[in-house]
Amino acid sequence: MPGRVAGKVAFITGAARGQGRSHAIRLAQEGADIIAVDILEDVPGIPYAGPTEADLAETVKQVEALDRRIVATKADVRDYAAVKAALDDGVAQLGRLDIVSANAGIGTSPHRAWEIDDATWQTMIDINLTGVWHTAKAAIPTMIEAGQGGAIILTSSAAGLQAYENIAHYVSAKHGVVGLMRTLALELAPYSIRVNSLHPTQVDTPMIQNEATWRLFRPDLEHPTKEDFAPASQTVNALPIPWVEPVDISNALLFLASDEGRYITGVTLPVDAGTVIK
Amino acid sequence: MGKLDGKVAFITGAARGQGRSHAIRLAQEGADIIAIDICQQIDTVPYPMSTPDDLADTAKQVEALDRRIYTAQADVRDAAALKQAFDAGTAELGPVDIVLANAGIAPMSLHEKHDAWQDVVDVNLTGVFNTVETAIPSMIERGQGGAIVLTSSTAGINGIGGPTRGGLGYTAAKHGVVGLMRSYANNLAPNRIRVNTVHPTGVNTPMVVNEAMQEFLEHDPSLSNAMANALPVPMVEPVDISNAIVWLVSDDARYVTGVTLPVDAGFTNKK
Repeated sequence: MPGRVAGKVAFITGAARGQGRSHAIRLAQEGADIIAVDILEDVPGIPYAGPTEADLAETVKQVEALDRRIVATKADVRDYAAVKAALDDGVAQLGRLDIVSANAGIGTSPHRAWEIDDATWQTMIDINLTGVWHTAKAAIPTMIEAGQGGAIILTSSAAGLQAYENIAHYVSAKHGVVGLMRTLALELAPYSIRVNSLHPTQVDTPMIQNEATWRLFRPDLEHPTKEDFAPASQTVNALPIPWVEPVDISNALLFLASDEGRYITGVTLPVDAGTVIK
Repeated sequence: MGKLDGKVAFITGAARGQGRSHAIRLAQEGADIIAIDICQQIDTVPYPMSTPDDLADTAKQVEALDRRIYTAQADVRDAAALKQAFDAGTAELGPVDIVLANAGIAPMSLHEKHDAWQDVVDVNLTGVFNTVETAIPSMIERGQGGAIVLTSSTAGINGIGGPTRGGLGYTAAKHGVVGLMRSYANNLAPNRIRVNTVHPTGVNTPMVVNEAMQEFLEHDPSLSNAMANALPVPMVEPVDISNAIVWLVSDDARYVTGVTLPVDAGFTNKK
């Protein structure tokens, strides 16, 4: 049986690990070739280690094990020229571009809005909002020129639809992604390029499973553990689970990217275990 | 191997249109089907409604896929008839995992009758409530979770449909479905039963593609303009709604609940 995105090429940012790696593998399982970028560095001020060259190499290995092609490049989504060069190189090698996953993003330590330092605020907006815009900006002309439509999926968050205390910069950036998605959806509809956003609850990835995030959910503990985090995390979800897995977000992305979602655009799609309606 | 092997789905309004498409699409993914439809006319509905032959045709197409189907004529306004059909269907096919509350009418007409408001609220809102209430006791008791999809509309998130009694009732009922969905999603989450809505733009079915609807839309250009999609397609096909539903009820969406999912070619975002 042919895959659900057979013959397509997907551009994925933040593809070294976490959700991005899962997206690369899931799309490759369904027949897509992959253009992958990631920062491969620690981000100053971010309370957990950044992805490494070894992480990206592992994504490459897993995609190639599926007999799909992948062009993987070190690029920071804050650097438009680097993103554009990586994308153009990937398109030159793989021949086309059909799917864009603007996935790269960071989390930070919890602070009240007026106590976030300037540099952390700026880094958050630069990566989680401007980086998404850079990703779309780099990809769209190629897609329009090809004239074959396409699907762009922006990774927002449940925090793109509702407030969370102590992460105002994250909430602001993720809400901003929704505004960008809605505008792009309108601007690109005439080209049959669809644009939607995904809104995960907590996902079991390095961005969430670190002490800074555990402390966001367990401010009562000085050094909370994953085990301390789980029940607190579960209280925000309606379904009786502490978090979702990266593949759950990938399955939503695949649905939106495939022909099954051919008339879905301008939509905010939560994959959130009911956290938004709870 | 299908995404829904071994599952049983309870579908209302299954004689034709979106409901038939859902039955076929779910059967293609391995599900057995309990298919309900009224198969008769409602006085205020200005287009021909489904017939017993339509329901028999759905059955034929599901059986051609080597899946089992139990069909019954039942009106979603009649909770007792629904329960009887549901019980007979589950006795034959086994317990239900999936519920699709799809049955609906659109009594918008230039020559509308006074009861259009009441009929559309009865079918499109109370009928959805009756459908879910019929199914959930057995789903909860069984303890295996499940997935429920309520068919709302772009008129469930936008104030469209015009000033007629039928149009207002349609919009009010479809908005009401969202409130039902959100409440059921919260209430049933501890039981791992997920509840979501789909919100189609105009779909190529007899409910939309008929003389009365064309006349209604042509009479008031603001209504037809209001139905213009962002993507360059005049309407979507039943299978597009079915594909969204297959995704929602499958394990691919195992943690998706409480969601309003437009399948609307960008209509809502364009407004």
